[in-house]
Amino acid sequence: MSADEPDVIMCPDGPMLLRGHHRVADESGDVFETERPFSAVCRCGKSATRPWCDGSHKLLRRTKPA
Amino acid sequence: MLPAARGRLSEELFSALVANEPLAGRSFPQAESRDDEQIALWALYELHYRGFDELDADLEWDPDLLRVRRDLERSFEDRLRSWVSIPDAAGPVSEVIEKLIAVDDAPSIARFVQRRATGDQVRTVLRHRSIYHLKESDPVSWIVPRLDAGPKAALAGLQFDEYGSGQPSRLHHRLFAEGMRAAELDDTYGRYIDDAPVEILELNNAMSLFGLHRRWRGAGLGHLAVFEATSSIPSRQMAQGLRRLGFPEAVAHYYDEHVEADAVHEQLALRLICDVLVEEEPDQRDCVLFGAATCLELEARYARTVLGEWDAA
Ligand code: FES
Repeated sequence: MSADEPDVIMCPDGPMLLRGHHRVADESGDVFETERPFSAVCRCGKSATRPWCDGSHKLLRRTKPA
Repeated sequence: MLPAARGRLSEELFSALVANEPLAGRSFPQAESRDDEQIALWALYELHYRGFDELDADLEWDPDLLRVRRDLERSFEDRLRSWVSIPDAAGPVSEVIEKLIAVDDAPSIARFVQRRATGDQVRTVLRHRSIYHLKESDPVSWIVPRLDAGPKAALAGLQFDEYGSGQPSRLHHRLFAEGMRAAELDDTYGRYIDDAPVEILELNNAMSLFGLHRRWRGAGLGHLAVFEATSSIPSRQMAQGLRRLGFPEAVAHYYDEHVEADAVHEQLALRLICDVLVEEEPDQRDCVLFGAATCLELEARYARTVLGEWDAA
């Protein structure tokens, strides 16, 4: 892996994007394995499919007009 | 099967194709309407996907047909340019695209399905959407060989996920076909083309146009970014609406899968594909934004048409 090729990418106002295979532990210690070439981990706490992002972070943003 | 003609051009073109008439030097009438133009263009593009049983496979690269196609494309491109303007904003394209989406005020079919649509109205939407969903992601695959390593690797990852990560049973157009069968619709490829309004043809033809021409690769990726970034929440609303109406789980499942998959694809398309492409090839910026704006415009036109018919806009 080269330095300009991170495997973990923080998306502005959005999830944490993971490249490749990872095991993710949630707040209660349950472990989830990634199943996709890339995965998005929820950072806003609002997803209904945690630990994965389901786009709900955008509903949070929408309430604050830009 | 070839679609039904929608005017003089498609009439003459389709009968010449079926009769296998020599095409060299043959001229066809001008399209008499958007419907006539778009159905002819859709059929010519299909020669590059699955083709038609009744037509000679060689027609795909027939130079005389390609000439007909080019004229149709020019008129379609002119129309898209007159409908869509490229935002003149600084910053990463991902941010500009997110702003375009945020200010888009098109009516939402998904919200209507979630709350109020009838079963028949939902089946109409599924028939319309089947034109694309039964070949979901295929137009984007044409773009892969036209990219450098950065955006290519990310796009290949996105497409691999769309295509089920190696498992046919998880492939998105397979999931849609299963959903259609469960909803007692015909899942034959292209089966409902004659029911598709011109706005659906335009949506599909724009993706093929962007996919098949290297010069439009940026637009294809900008279109992809908007498509993915406007999918997660609407997919959840669709799934809720389908369950509200008691549709079989297989149909809702197709939309469930898109909630999570497209939350990933959105970030990939915006940040690892479009932003990286434009960093590496700055002259692609306007093209990416044109594709993004085109996706919003054509989706808005479809939504206004179908909701307008139901007095639901
Ligand atoms: S970060 Fe996307 S739903 Fe929480």
